[in-house]
Amino acid sequence: MKRHLISAADLTRDDAILVLDTAEEMARVADRPIKKLPTLRGRTVVNLFFEDSTRTRISFEAAAKRLSADVINFSAKGSSVSKGESLKDTALTLEAMGADAVVIRHGSSGAPHRLATSGWIGGSVVNAGDGTHEHPTQALLDAFTMRRHLAGAKDGGPTFHRGPGDGSGRDLAGRRITIVGDILHSRVARSNVHLLNTLGAQVTLVAPPTLLPIGVDTWPCDVSYDLDAVLAKSDAVMMLRVQSERMNAAFFPTEREYSRRYGLDGGRMAALPEHAIVMHPGPMNRGMEITAEVADSERCTVVEQVANGVSIRMAVLYLLLGGNEPAIATAAPAARTEENHQS
Amino acid sequence: MSKTLIRGAKILGGDPQDVLIDGETIAAVGTALEAGDATVVEADGMILLPGLVDLHTHLREPGREDSETVLTGTRAAAIGGYTAVHAMANTFPVADTAGVVEQVWRLGRESGYCDVQPVGAVTVGLAGKQLAELGAMADSAAGVRVFSDDGKCVDDAVIMRRALEYVKAFDGVVAQHAQEPRLTEGAQMNEGIVSGELGLIGWPAVAEESIIARDVLLAAHVDSRVHICHLSTAGSVEIVRWAKSKGWNVTAEVTPHHLLLTDELVRSYNPVYKVNPPLRTEADVMALREALADGTIDCVATDHAPHPHEDKDCEWAAAAMGMVGLETALSVVQQTMVDTGLLDWAGVADRMSARPAAIGRLAGHGRPVAAGEPANLTLVDPAYRGVVNPAGFASRSRNTPYEGRELPGRVIATFLRGRATVVDGKLA
Repeated sequence: MKRHLISAADLTRDDAILVLDTAEEMARVADRPIKKLPTLRGRTVVNLFFEDSTRTRISFEAAAKRLSADVINFSAKGSSVSKGESLKDTALTLEAMGADAVVIRHGSSGAPHRLATSGWIGGSVVNAGDGTHEHPTQALLDAFTMRRHLAGAKDGGPTFHRGPGDGSGRDLAGRRITIVGDILHSRVARSNVHLLNTLGAQVTLVAPPTLLPIGVDTWPCDVSYDLDAVLAKSDAVMMLRVQSERMNAAFFPTEREYSRRYGLDGGRMAALPEHAIVMHPGPMNRGMEITAEVADSERCTVVEQVANGVSIRMAVLYLLLGGNEPAIATAAPAARTEENHQS
Repeated sequence: MSKTLIRGAKILGGDPQDVLIDGETIAAVGTALEAGDATVVEADGMILLPGLVDLHTHLREPGREDSETVLTGTRAAAIGGYTAVHAMANTFPVADTAGVVEQVWRLGRESGYCDVQPVGAVTVGLAGKQLAELGAMADSAAGVRVFSDDGKCVDDAVIMRRALEYVKAFDGVVAQHAQEPRLTEGAQMNEGIVSGELGLIGWPAVAEESIIARDVLLAAHVDSRVHICHLSTAGSVEIVRWAKSKGWNVTAEVTPHHLLLTDELVRSYNPVYKVNPPLRTEADVMALREALADGTIDCVATDHAPHPHEDKDCEWAAAAMGMVGLETALSVVQQTMVDTGLLDWAGVADRMSARPAAIGRLAGHGRPVAAGEPANLTLVDPAYRGVVNPAGFASRSRNTPYEGRELPGRVIATFLRGRATVVDGKLA
C-alpha cells in the first residue's frame, strides 16, 4: 500500500484484496460485545470535511474509534476561498496538532491530491470524496459488499440472498457490474470503475448521453444508454443518486422521464438474474432512481453497505497507519500499543 | 550619441555580419566594420533579431501591483528580448477610458525598458454591454489601435459587430478572447479524456471555435479586421485557415505554452498549469505548430499573466488562471519551432516581431535589421541550455509552468532605440 489513499487507481489487485480481507477481519470485531481494538491507540485521525457529509464522517469516525485512535472532527464548510482560510493554512494547522492521518472531504476535485503532494503535512491522506473525482473508500466498501454476495458462497459463487458470505482471498473476476445514473458528476462511479476493473469485474455504465463524460469511451468499461438491455446480464446493479438540480441544467427533461428511462422499479428488478443484488451509495431518492419496492427488497444491500463502510475504513486506516502486522493477532497489538505509549 | 558595434552576429540566422548602432538607429550593416569609439559586443555564433513585440501582455498596473507593475513587467519583457508589449485592458480600473490608457502609456515611457502600447477595452468595464469610448482611446496620447475585453469574450453578437464596424474609422482591430460563456461555466480545464478522469469541469474546444467562426463571418460582413487571441485548438486553426482563404482580414496568435504543454500535465492538479484557454491535447499542439509555421497563425503572443504565489498555492478550483511567459517565450519557440525544423530564425523574426507589430500598427518595431532602421534589436545565443529557475525572474510573479525544465536559447542583449536594456543576459 502507498502512504495515502487518493484514488482507487492507486491500489494494485493485491492491495485491494488485502484491504477487503482485512475488512473481513474487522467486520468480525463488530460482532463482538466490545467492538474495539487497541491497534491505533495514541494515533490521531483528523476528519477534515469541507463539505457536509454526516454519513461519511461518522463512518470514518466510528472506524477510527473502534481502532482506539483519537479522532478530531474539523468541519470547514464552504470553500477555502469563501472561508478566508486556505487549504494550505488548514493543513499546516493540522500538521502542528500532530495528525497521523487526515481524512479529507472537499468539493474541489484534486484537493486531497494537493494535500498529499504539496509537502504541507507529513501524515497519511485519505480521500473521503473530492468534487466529481473519486471516493475510493466507497468503491472499496462496494466491492466488499459485492464480494460477499457474488463470491461469498463456499464454492466461490453467489449466495442467492441467503445472507452475506465470506469471499476472503477472492477477487471479482468475471462478475458483471452495471452502474446507472449521473456518471458525469459521480466520484463513486469513477472510483468503482478503477477498482472493479482491478478486481477483474466487467463494468457497464448506463446513463443518458448528457450524464456521461467526454472521453468515457477510453475508460476500462462498456457504456450503454439502454438500461433494459443490460439488466439480464448484470450480477449487481448500482443505482447512483441523481440530483434534481441537474434537471434545471437540461441534462434531462423531467424527473419523471428520467425515472421512466433510467429508474429501477419492480419490473426491471425482475429482469435481473436471480442471484443479482441492487446497490446504492445513499442517500436514495426513492421514486426517482429507485422505487420503494426495490429499495426495501431483500436484494437491496443499502444498509449492509453502510455497515461494511465502517469495516472498510477500519481496514484502510489500519493498513495506512498500523503497519504490516495482522490486525487482530493476539500478541502483536499489545506490543504495538506499548510502543505507541513510549513515542 | 553612444555607438555600439555588434560583431559577427547572424542576422535572422544568416551569415555573420557586423551591425553598427549609432544613437537610436542602425547606422551600418556589413562585414569588418570599424569599431572606432563604439562599444563592441562580440556576437560570434549568435542570432540577431528585430526586437520582439508582444501583442498580449498583462502588466497588472493599475490595480494588482502585488503581481506585476509596468516597471517589473517591462523589465521581464526586456529580459525576454521584447522591445514592445501590448498591455491588456483588464486592470483595476479597467483600461476603458482615455485616462487609464494614457496612464499606462506614460508609466511605460517612464520605465524605459520597453515600449508599452496599451490595449483598450471594447466595452465599459469589460461587461460586454456598452461600447467603451474607443475613439477617445484611439485619439489619446496612447494612440490605441488594439481593443480587447481579454479575459472575457465579447459574446453578444451585436456588440461584436458594432465594435468591428466602429474601429474601422481609426484603423483599429478587435482582439477577441474567444470563449462562449455558457459552454464554459465553471470550466477548469480542457474538456476531454483527462477532464473526464479527473472530474474537473471541461472547457470544450467548441466554445472557442464557435466564437471564432461567428467572428470571422462578422468581420467579413462588415469588412473590418478581427484578431483572435491565444488560439488553442486544431479546429480553430481550420476555421482561421478557411477565413484567410476567403481573403478576409483575420489574424491570430498562439501562446508559447499552447505550443509545448498539454492537458496531461493537469493530472498533477498543480494549478501552475491552470490557464485560460486551457492546455489542450497533443493533437492540438501539433496543429498549432504547423499553423504557426505555414502562417495560418500570424504570431506568437505570450499572454503573460502574473499572479501572486498564494493564488496558485491552493487547490485547483480555487486557483487563478494564467502563467507568466515573457522571459521564456523565445526559448519555448526555439524548442518547439526552430529546433524541430518548422521555422527558421527569419520566420521567428516574422512571427514574434514583424507580424505582431503590423497587427498592432506599431511604427518603429518589427522592422528589418538594416541601415537607417530604428535600433530595436535582440541578440540570442541559440546554443545555450538552461534550467528555468523562477527565483531569478525579473517579473514580480513566479507562476511559470517551466520551473525545473531545460529550455534552449537565451537572450544575451536587447536594444531599445539603440540603448541596451539587457547586457550579458542581465538588465542593463
